[in-house]
Amino acid sequence: MSGPKYGKYGGQFVPEILMPALEELEEGYEKYKNDPEFLKELDYYLKDFAGRETPLYYAKNMSKKYGVKIYLKREDLVHGGAHKLNNTIGQALLAKYMGKTRLVAETGAGQHGTATAMAGTNMGFQTHVYMGAKDTVRQRMNVYRMELMGAEVHPVESGSKTLKDAINEALRDWVSNVEETHYLIGSVVGPHPYPMMVRDFQSVIGNEVKQQIMEKEGRYPDSIVACTGGGSNAMGIFHPFVEEKEVKLVAVEAGGSGMKQTEGAALHSASLSVGEDGVLQGARTRILQDKHGQILESSSVSAGLDYSGVGPELAYLADIGRLTPRVANDDMALNAFHELSLMEGIIPALESSHAVAHVMEAAESGELGELVVINLSGRGDKDLEAVRKIDRGE
Amino acid sequence: MQLSTKFSELSAKKEAALLAYVCAGDPNIEATPAIVDSLIKGGADIIELGLPFSDPVADGPTIQEASERALAAGMNPDRYFELVASLDVDVPLVCMTYYNLIFQRGLDKFVKDCVNSGISGLIVPDLPAEESEELARSCSTNGVDLIFLIAPVTTDERIKMILEKSSGFVYIVSRLGVTGARSEVTDATAQILSRVKTDIPKAVGFGISNGEQASKVVAAGADGIIVGSAFVDIVASGENVNKRLEELASDIKSGCKV
Repeated sequence: MSGPKYGKYGGQFVPEILMPALEELEEGYEKYKNDPEFLKELDYYLKDFAGRETPLYYAKNMSKKYGVKIYLKREDLVHGGAHKLNNTIGQALLAKYMGKTRLVAETGAGQHGTATAMAGTNMGFQTHVYMGAKDTVRQRMNVYRMELMGAEVHPVESGSKTLKDAINEALRDWVSNVEETHYLIGSVVGPHPYPMMVRDFQSVIGNEVKQQIMEKEGRYPDSIVACTGGGSNAMGIFHPFVEEKEVKLVAVEAGGSGMKQTEGAALHSASLSVGEDGVLQGARTRILQDKHGQILESSSVSAGLDYSGVGPELAYLADIGRLTPRVANDDMALNAFHELSLMEGIIPALESSHAVAHVMEAAESGELGELVVINLSGRGDKDLEAVRKIDRGE
Repeated sequence: MQLSTKFSELSAKKEAALLAYVCAGDPNIEATPAIVDSLIKGGADIIELGLPFSDPVADGPTIQEASERALAAGMNPDRYFELVASLDVDVPLVCMTYYNLIFQRGLDKFVKDCVNSGISGLIVPDLPAEESEELARSCSTNGVDLIFLIAPVTTDERIKMILEKSSGFVYIVSRLGVTGARSEVTDATAQILSRVKTDIPKAVGFGISNGEQASKVVAAGADGIIVGSAFVDIVASGENVNKRLEELASDIKSGCKV
């Protein structure tokens, strides 16, 4: 049962041990995604547990300064502080309907791990979260949050000790405990049906924007701008607009400390912009790799964007010209982090700061049009310590 | 030498095959020929040489660390094929690697490099049968066996589909989990062996580390025993490597008499 591909991208490149689990998951998803009882329960959780719908906020000060109308989709106000909970509620509920008892997840910045712990604990799962050892240090408050909610956090010491390695480790756990376990992937990456399923669960963002912008402006925006690591917040807000060809979709990747690479590592995480066709962690997509096909370590000031691949559907949309990839580097993101905090009284996550930074850079040139929506995918609380250290030169 | 020839020879002698895995270039490129020789001296019938990948998701820590050492030592596909071509052995060689390295080199070029360097089979643990059509075509044109895995959770329908695409041998994963030495052989091994009904040789891997375990697996109906992590552990220890590899190979091979 090979999954739908996005052009040449996507697919199921996983060990045979996982193929029956993917078939089971695909069947489960097809069975429940339109089931009235499932949808009613999903709706209840999204509303009463996660706090949806989130506002579409008119950023008046920022709009004034940059000369275009800028709206922020406030995913930072979702319970837990990021869009991640939309997907974890969806998948945890699905796992419950499928009779699973155990969740495993990987996390970069800790937002997805936290969101998995929230949904998992609430719905009665035993939850295991794999996190790169490097990320457990830079995001230690999120580790504590997960532990408070009863999740077991496993620091991963292999490879680059970041998200890519945490995914490998989570996959290994799943391979070993596949019968009772659901692997709750946090982005639109991995083998089919994950990219499709995560996109569908995150599409609540774009669907709300469609209604909200109509009510406020009477038309769709000229541009929608979202940060992109794996790309779940981006696909979530973009997907309902893909057929609305007049809306420009802009995916902003982490430019890190420069668009260069050294032996075995890139100084950025811009796989959509400069990555090449390849197969990583279950899917064919654009990835950062050397000429032999070894995966390069990626780099970004924001752990959530620090990933060597990107969702296959984003790669496809970029190929057909429906999506515009852009890059904002660490300095631009840090600057946007401060500027938005000062201008609007909203502290954005470092991930979202990349999207904000691109708008600050590009708005005046006119390339984004007159009406812009930024997906503010998460709040910056988790990044306070990291940014404070950078500010003080520590 | 072709895999089918080797399996027929052994079957005539009432022996199961010992397939020994090591990672090429671990701990350095120069060490590999002597390691391969030791395994063959000890009784290995087929050598599986890993071409290391940066993100080996189907492998456990032992083989992941071996891959990291080999990559750090400068192993890459170009050097891999040079190394394989330089080996002076009369047993079949099998390449085990991940799909992105094959994809990046170009499927046809990779398969032709296998043929030219003397490799007769290819194992790609992250390439399920569904995604394998293009590579299978190239392998079949060039006479390289493409070997698929079957796991205890694989359904009967999938087993049938996988067997239709298999040649050389089928790689039976004896238990859930990733590669790595384990202390017991479970009933799951016998169960999965009885479910795979085929004339293609069945080789069982994952968790086998001594002759006693091997003989149980052979008694359960295996035509071959695949051992990786136990050999890689010896390489990693760096102590008396060649002698100990030969001894362990010899111990496991002693369990391969039918």
